[in-house]
Amino acid sequence: MQRRERKLGLLYAAPLSLFLLLTFLAPILLVAGFSTMPEKVFSLTQMPDFSAYRTVLTQGYWKSVAWSLFMALLATLILLVICWPLAYGMAKVFKRFTLVLTIGVVMTLFVSENIRLFGWVLTLMKGGLIEGYWRYWTGQGFDAPLYNGPIIVFGLVYVYLPFMLFPLAQGISMVPDDARQAAYDLGATRWQILKEIDLPLAMPGIMVGSLLTFVLAAGAMAESKLLGGRAIITIADEVQTAFTYGQNWPLGSALAMVLIAIIGTMAIWAISKADLDAMMGRKS
Amino acid sequence: MTDSSSPILRISALTKTFDDFTALHGIDLNVRDGEFLAIVGPSGSGKTTLIRILVGMDEPSDGAVWLRGNRIDVVPANKRPTCMVFQSLALFPHRTVGQNIEFPLKLRGVPAAERKERALELLETLRLPRDYYTKRIQQCSGGEKQRVALARALAFDPEILFFDEPLSALDYRLRKTLEKELKDLHRRTGKTFIYITHSLEEAMVMSDRIAIMKAGRFEQIAPAEEIYARPVSKFVAEFMGEVNFFDLENGAAPGVMLSPAATGALAGRSGTLTIRPESLRKLSGGASADLSFEGTVTAEYLLGSRMQYRMTLTTGQEMIVEVLRENAVEDGIGAHLRVGCDLTAAHLIAEAADAAA
Repeated sequence: MQRRERKLGLLYAAPLSLFLLLTFLAPILLVAGFSTMPEKVFSLTQMPDFSAYRTVLTQGYWKSVAWSLFMALLATLILLVICWPLAYGMAKVFKRFTLVLTIGVVMTLFVSENIRLFGWVLTLMKGGLIEGYWRYWTGQGFDAPLYNGPIIVFGLVYVYLPFMLFPLAQGISMVPDDARQAAYDLGATRWQILKEIDLPLAMPGIMVGSLLTFVLAAGAMAESKLLGGRAIITIADEVQTAFTYGQNWPLGSALAMVLIAIIGTMAIWAISKADLDAMMGRKS
Repeated sequence: MTDSSSPILRISALTKTFDDFTALHGIDLNVRDGEFLAIVGPSGSGKTTLIRILVGMDEPSDGAVWLRGNRIDVVPANKRPTCMVFQSLALFPHRTVGQNIEFPLKLRGVPAAERKERALELLETLRLPRDYYTKRIQQCSGGEKQRVALARALAFDPEILFFDEPLSALDYRLRKTLEKELKDLHRRTGKTFIYITHSLEEAMVMSDRIAIMKAGRFEQIAPAEEIYARPVSKFVAEFMGEVNFFDLENGAAPGVMLSPAATGALAGRSGTLTIRPESLRKLSGGASADLSFEGTVTAEYLLGSRMQYRMTLTTGQEMIVEVLRENAVEDGIGAHLRVGCDLTAAHLIAEAADAAA
């Protein structure tokens, strides 16, 4: 009986597994294959020589990698701090207003990221919505706060806010109210409750939100292109350039593999470190 | 000079109103140091509101609470020297048994070694094995969790320990065991316990005094025996278990046959006569009693060592009688029965007291 169910289960899972294999694993294998080819070839039939990796290491691409990871980390930290109170309110305080807020945040996702970022460009650019009116009323202009590092981080924070907010709210909603009350009754201050009760018990939500935003932000390029005016070139931008303008598929593939390896390692490390079941007290 | 009889906790004119509902009507209460006080009442009587105010999770609308002469109703919960064992226990699921117990000490910055020593001591006090120190909360049984919650509260070393029906979720047998352990723990620690429950049985087993609440007021505050024998109102009498009521008007009560002595004692008095089913005895042959009743048995129930009968008196009134099994009524249902009790077993509730309730 059990064997029969097992068989049926495998059978049912087969189509999706096959689809995932084709759409997830196959491209990675393809990219991995191309990354080993001599530079500027367009087939997988050459002798592997790993010269593209040498280029990645010697041509200063590490700067783009470092910048991408740094800005992603910064955006993730900023998002954690600004989303926590909001997520807390959604999970514990706002009640029906939570739905309004959820719909509001989700609605922004209905508009393409590029269009929303262009909106910010029009708002912030010289002669744009803000500076233009300011100059019109005061006669004094100022430089647009565009085309620099901080505005890219701002863009990342703005675009990936929902990916932090919702997992965080979910995590906080799992913190039992009586545990907070008991801690307060036993003499804990607000900070002690945050540190001893809220943070550890909401950790699954914190982990999921942080991983999502970090991984997405590390592979982002629209923010640096549109808001940053390429003041900082992200690694994803380099990958695209290598594949298109550079006509160097092996180099683009090698860069992509490096990014995948770094982010994959970090994600797996974080997930294995954080024993989600234990944190939520489910382990018996 | 400290007066040993001065109360540890004094509640005066405590009132709590929610929008259009008054949960507490200006109640007063003094709790003695080291006392085990049970506050008993049906749901909605205001006992949970009261305890929430006493531990600081709610603010009173009016009135004040003093702890050893210091006003505490204005002090936030985390600054009060009291703590509570929650109905849900509210243990921290992400912490081990030891970390749960040590929590209040950790908050105060007690060094780790000292904390552990105290936690192990408390495990012993609560009769839990020392190796539970590293156990996860989820691995503990219901009774063990109770003990961990108690140990955590004792680690806090409160002036008063509050309990919000912590045993209500447990099965009967475990509840009985823990009731006795709790009483024992109270004796050993000498702390003041204030215990909220809707179960009178629980309150009677454990407490020194019982405060019975009804609709936001204390109906009666007294030791269990006194409440049982001399309830101030029909509500209290009924709350303390099954009871028979007879209206007494100017010395006469329909359905109750009075001996000459009882007639003399009750002459001119009015109110409600309360008679517990178990204080009645079967009257056979020509036996007499101060108060006697005659009727027909309509139902019988076996209550372990005792038998309970429901009888209809000649006046049509229903009455409950409980006797030991060896004194069972032979004919059972349909039998004619005469029962009686001494005047001392009957308690008269004056009308005025009941009208106020």
